[in-house]
Amino acid sequence: MSNIPSDLKYISSHEWIRMEDDGTVTIGITDHAQELLGDVVYVELPELDSEVALEDEIAVVESVKAASDIYAPLSGTIVAINDVLEDAPETVNSSPYDDGWMFKMKPSEPSEIDGLIDAESYQNEIED
Amino acid sequence: MGLQTPFYQSHLDSNAKIVDFGGWDMPLHYGSQMEEHHAVRQDAGMFDVSHMTVVDVKGQQAKVYLQYLLTNDVDKLQETGKALYSGMLNEKGGVIDDLIVYYIDETNYRVVVNASTREKDLAWMNQQTEGFSVSIAENSDYAMLAVQGPNAIEKTNQVLSANQQQAVDGIGVFFAADSEGYFIARTGYTGEDGYEIMVPADQAGAFWNKLIAVGVKPCGLGARDTLRLEAGMNLYGNDMDESISPLEANMGWTITWQPEERDFIGKSALLAEKEAGVKNKLVGLVLEGRGVIRSHMKVIVEGVGEGETTSGTMSPTLKKSIGMARVPKATSESVMLEIRGKLVPAKVVKPPFVRKGKALV
Repeated sequence: MSNIPSDLKYISSHEWIRMEDDGTVTIGITDHAQELLGDVVYVELPELDSEVALEDEIAVVESVKAASDIYAPLSGTIVAINDVLEDAPETVNSSPYDDGWMFKMKPSEPSEIDGLIDAESYQNEIED
Repeated sequence: MGLQTPFYQSHLDSNAKIVDFGGWDMPLHYGSQMEEHHAVRQDAGMFDVSHMTVVDVKGQQAKVYLQYLLTNDVDKLQETGKALYSGMLNEKGGVIDDLIVYYIDETNYRVVVNASTREKDLAWMNQQTEGFSVSIAENSDYAMLAVQGPNAIEKTNQVLSANQQQAVDGIGVFFAADSEGYFIARTGYTGEDGYEIMVPADQAGAFWNKLIAVGVKPCGLGARDTLRLEAGMNLYGNDMDESISPLEANMGWTITWQPEERDFIGKSALLAEKEAGVKNKLVGLVLEGRGVIRSHMKVIVEGVGEGETTSGTMSPTLKKSIGMARVPKATSESVMLEIRGKLVPAKVVKPPFVRKGKALV
């Protein structure tokens, strides 16, 4: 059974989004996603300070099995990337919600936040 | 639900993640593919390979039949239990399958072919019996287990009977011993030492449990693929198929050209190909930039032309991405790979990448 923290937001392509107090958001992939992928061997992160639009393919996670695109859950600017993942991509498996975070954004379209789903809805989606 | 091997319950008991593999329900991994890979490089792991097909070839003309059927010459096999790796080609010189053939005696051989090619292989082998006094029979009496790694032989020997231990004592590489219903071969698909063992199907679960008890780690298809790729071994369907000549699949060494009077299926096509000049070759690649090589990526060889990757992965042993690619013959030491629209440099190497736990590139 995968772990789906209730204090996070989600999108159906298996990314989680955490709203930080400073107005930025942190993004990673869910426990369910890392389970599906298997051992993660490579992570390609977006460029710092780049502007991204909702649903852009901005990062890649590659496991022993396959490559998966990571989509921008919101439009905005990339304000931090977790470069620990360059040398230790397996952190995505061992700690998907904490040490395995991927990047932080400053959203430019606050209305898009309404399009994110909560833990319960995400749970329902992965059960289908 | 797909076909299940005699180890199916053992997989469930070991918490396998089961996937469909060519119609078979097979273990992909038992938790971490990476740990399974390292277990085989450093200690001992076991793989269910029961989905592979065992074919017994018997009859007065079994030898001449196989000499005609296969690119390698079974005349090299003169000792009971000795094994040979070979290609089996169509008339156009394309690879129908790669296989291992064991010599029992001149009227009795055992052939092990791939799982995914079972039906077409059996049909082809039967079709070619015309004019030969030979019979082809699939042998379904066995479960098959590969136990691989630097400690695989020692650990396996602990669970064999006294008679079986004696039968495998000092057994050479590419030899098999038949003892008390077990057919134990010193072969493998990982680049490590070990056995591939045919076990009576009704003893599969018990044998598995004994190996677990001496510390042999269950390993799935995922680790099997990264291990074989590090070992530079071809995977049928990826690195070669019926449209590919063995001369373009790094299998030239499996073709025995002498004596000239021996004909084999595909020989005239291969001779014509050599005469015209072989166009491509299968090489190993080590990625020099960031990313992961996967199959079907475009390979750009500056000033020469283009090729395509046939296999690729992140090597758990080397911590670099490695792969195989079919490229123009004139390709020298470096190429560019197109990975998601970006060009990434890769070094051309001669596989294997890893053997007996050691990096070779």
